[in-house]
Amino acid sequence: MRGVAMPDSARNEPASEPSPLGYIWPEEGLSRIPDWVYTSDEIYAREIERIFHGRSWNYVALAAEIPRPGDFKRSFVGPTPVVVARGQDGSIHVFENRCAHRGAELCRPYRGTAKEFVCPYHQWTYDLAGNLIGVPFRRGVKGQGGMPSSFKLADHGLAQLAVTTRNGVVFASFAHDMEPLEDYLGPEILTDFDATFDGRPLTILGYYRNTVPANWKMYHENLKDPYHATLLHAYLVTFGLMVAGNKSAMIADRTGRHGTMASAKGEEGVTVDPASKGEMRAFHENLKLADPRILDYVKEFDSPWSVTMQTIWPNLIVQRELNTLGTRQIVPNGPNEFTMIWTMFGYEGDSAEMVRHRLRQGNLMGPAGFLGLEDNEALKFVQDGLRKSRAGAAVVELGGIAEGSSSSLITEAAIRSLYRYWRDVIGV
Amino acid sequence: MLAGFARSAVDPRLARDLRLEIEEFNTEYCAALDENRIADWPEFFTEDAIYRITARENAESDLPVGLVYCEGKGMLRDRATAIAKTAMFAPRYLQHHVGNLRILALGADGIVSAQANYLVLQTLVDERTTLHQAGRYFDRFAREAGRLLLRERHCVYDTLLLDNSLVMPV
Repeated sequence: MRGVAMPDSARNEPASEPSPLGYIWPEEGLSRIPDWVYTSDEIYAREIERIFHGRSWNYVALAAEIPRPGDFKRSFVGPTPVVVARGQDGSIHVFENRCAHRGAELCRPYRGTAKEFVCPYHQWTYDLAGNLIGVPFRRGVKGQGGMPSSFKLADHGLAQLAVTTRNGVVFASFAHDMEPLEDYLGPEILTDFDATFDGRPLTILGYYRNTVPANWKMYHENLKDPYHATLLHAYLVTFGLMVAGNKSAMIADRTGRHGTMASAKGEEGVTVDPASKGEMRAFHENLKLADPRILDYVKEFDSPWSVTMQTIWPNLIVQRELNTLGTRQIVPNGPNEFTMIWTMFGYEGDSAEMVRHRLRQGNLMGPAGFLGLEDNEALKFVQDGLRKSRAGAAVVELGGIAEGSSSSLITEAAIRSLYRYWRDVIGV
Repeated sequence: MLAGFARSAVDPRLARDLRLEIEEFNTEYCAALDENRIADWPEFFTEDAIYRITARENAESDLPVGLVYCEGKGMLRDRATAIAKTAMFAPRYLQHHVGNLRILALGADGIVSAQANYLVLQTLVDERTTLHQAGRYFDRFAREAGRLLLRERHCVYDTLLLDNSLVMPV
């Protein structure tokens, strides 16, 4: 661990309460982000406790993945494995994937259909809501052994989470007194969320899973950083998908934790102005696509934007990149790595050609996508820099000290908003 | 594992000849990738080729998505161009290894269906060599001007959790 700004002796926390409060934020304020935000085990532990296990709605599934009673999938809330299952009455349940007996992670396949969940170790059996319904030899054998008479099945179910859904997207929370999802997201975010999830039933097109050797928050920041889009992603500019001057916006909710990066694809013949060309070293003027279908946009959404990338705190990205659609679920694996689970989808009623269009356009995103692979590579570069070099701080000063939404791409205001919120939650 | 790639009887002598020919094909295919000759990669395919890399969980559930999904040689060329000209990624060495080649079927139209296992080893600067992918090719070869070319290559990987990114094709 690196970047502790104060020696241990200067801390005055009670010993029983592990606290990261020895960390000091740079005096410049939100225009600097110190390395320990991304590398500290203590900070990470507090994030799990206060964010993922705290007051947040965590994305766990699309309802279309578990369409019938008994259908289930493995999922995660933060790093914590959970099971998402549909009960016989059609309701969706989320519970910890940890047997109440000895703690075994009992549900192993990604997906399936079950009548009940049986831990293979001692065959404790749970229903589709996670309630304990059977313990073998509970009364012992021939009057010997068994559970004491005080043992009640009802006290030993799998830990159940609060569940909410909106237009086929399933969220769960360890907090059982969460505000409604609509209030949690806020109106600024709900508008574009509902443009993608407009109530049409979804069809699942498939999954990608990859690790990223970087802190999980960097993925949020990357999508609150429109500055990188035309610089890192030469493909976007070279082939005319995003040009400085296109209508765009970086939208933050009132808390600063959620965001939407939005842009509208220009009309045919939009060119890059000479002044911008000079600023973009990776720009290639004379490249042409042999098959430009990948750039086609079939207008199918009630939205002025052809692209919205939504960061929904703490673990969901909603990708609407032209017609390639997906959710990305962040599963943190410690401060220096996270897993990304991509669920690509379309809508029921898509023609065969529309499905193929979505698949072709899928080459833009994912860990082998023209844009997606560059994000993953760049985030690794950053974490390598933070982990290996002398302690420092990121300079997040584009757009000055402004926070919140912006119509400019050349700003880091939404990142500063996120850290105003995060610092309050973490207490640093 | 992949629908449409069942094994049917092929004359053993014919199958042996095809195996040698396809092994030579795969060796040259891997050499192009391992030597960073990405512009040569589309030339292993027919004009109407399908190329897809997908996780085994997708293949087994008949989910159509591709980590890479190309319809036609134009899309293969565009991917080669993007890798060569626009993509940003850390420098790396790759080795593609192909084995356990099986001739699955020989159609009346001359289309050869085949399956093989593949491994991709990746080495990044200052890092240990890692097994980046373990998977299977499900291929259909067509003969054009006497030479076998890929009309379909489905790369189905067991390595469900991919390390960070996949830059080069497999």
